[in-house]
Amino acid sequence: MRGDPHAHELIAPGSLVAVLDLLASVPGEWTPIAGGTELMVSHAAGRLTATRLVSLWGLTELCFIRATNDALSIGAGATFKDLRADEHIASHLPLLAKASSWIGSIANQSRATIGGNLVNGSPAADSSPALLVYDAELELVSARATRRIPYADFHTGYKRNAMAPDELVYAVHIPLRFASHRQYLRKVGTRRAMAISKVALAAVALVEDNVLREIRLAAASLAAFPARLYQTESALLGRQINPHTIELAFEALLEEAKPIDDIRSTAEYRKRVARNLLAEFLTELKSEVAPK
Amino acid sequence: MTSHHHTVRFNINGQECSAQVPPMKRLLDVLREDLHLTGTKEGCGEGECGSCSVRINCELVNSCLVPVLQASGANIQTVEGLANSGTLHPLQQAFLDCGGAQCGICTPGMLMAASQLLSINPHPTMAEIREGLAGNLCRCTGFMRIFESVIAATANGAPRPGNQASHAR
Repeated sequence: MRGDPHAHELIAPGSLVAVLDLLASVPGEWTPIAGGTELMVSHAAGRLTATRLVSLWGLTELCFIRATNDALSIGAGATFKDLRADEHIASHLPLLAKASSWIGSIANQSRATIGGNLVNGSPAADSSPALLVYDAELELVSARATRRIPYADFHTGYKRNAMAPDELVYAVHIPLRFASHRQYLRKVGTRRAMAISKVALAAVALVEDNVLREIRLAAASLAAFPARLYQTESALLGRQINPHTIELAFEALLEEAKPIDDIRSTAEYRKRVARNLLAEFLTELKSEVAPK
Repeated sequence: MTSHHHTVRFNINGQECSAQVPPMKRLLDVLREDLHLTGTKEGCGEGECGSCSVRINCELVNSCLVPVLQASGANIQTVEGLANSGTLHPLQQAFLDCGGAQCGICTPGMLMAASQLLSINPHPTMAEIREGLAGNLCRCTGFMRIFESVIAATANGAPRPGNQASHAR
């Protein structure tokens, strides 16, 4: 059934303080809406349950990308167009630049915000695997306080997160220390443009003397939310990259991956593709560190 | 709960106008139903097909995903704003000349996406054209005639050589 615009209230208080005060006044009553690329789809289909919405679109307090010496801070209201255009992201955080470029279309990227992508919490969220392997932190804000949490602890279940009802994501903070790391991100979907991923895998690794000194792996669509692959990381950390290690990593991956069958793919296919993506990454690593 | 109507003002195709509408009404529906600008089409209604593409403050958007309140005060360009005093926009002429339009449902969105692309990149590569139109679906032409139309409307009438899709825009 088609959504009825009369069934929903929408206000735009115009400042972050005013939005936070509103959220604090009756916690849980108001639903924030930024660029609308998710909620307006539900609205059009008559599935939007929120009746009172507060607009975050255009709040200048949330629209920034700032680099310091050792970190990049991205305001929750920055769009993926903003992320694609940012030179620091292009040069220091290539996985995030890549993910931003394949989120929907140009018309989606001009509206979709990084905060919205994270709060929406889709298991297939395109920006999430990159942010997880980059060890991003989220800064949450409310009328009461601000606090930071590791992004890896943000999602707590399918479409559930660690935010209180009166909190908003204020910013994403990413350390800038990956110049020497090997970085990998690949998404597998039905077509190159627009498609929601069947599986995506991101990785960063620091290799010294053919030994994995540091490794983080994260995936979309292998669990109820985008998540790190901790068991697979453990199977690799501190080890030499050789066929035996790679085999152990595959076992760990297939053990911890919990994909589902849905309209986009099957659990079986997702596991196979995830294994292939991990193989691609590890093979690239191995060939690069092999003695000449 | 019933929401009150709200007066939303914007500039559409160079003209100041306003509408008394519920703030959650989709910009697409306000354009078509309240302002009678029916050039903008609804395809999927979920941001996948690009039929409802318009430009807001020089950004390409899907008007089906914009609650009208968020377009308050904006400069909006729709397909009706492309032609100038009865003279077709070069893209419109190129779509006619090259067979870029068949059934026509995708055409307004294609034109807006193409005009967005050429406004920031007057001489795109083939890859950039494909990326610029990747959010717009056509079920008639097979896309090649649409790409040819966009190429015909570029400064040189030929794509810039190269395969790279741009990252800055």
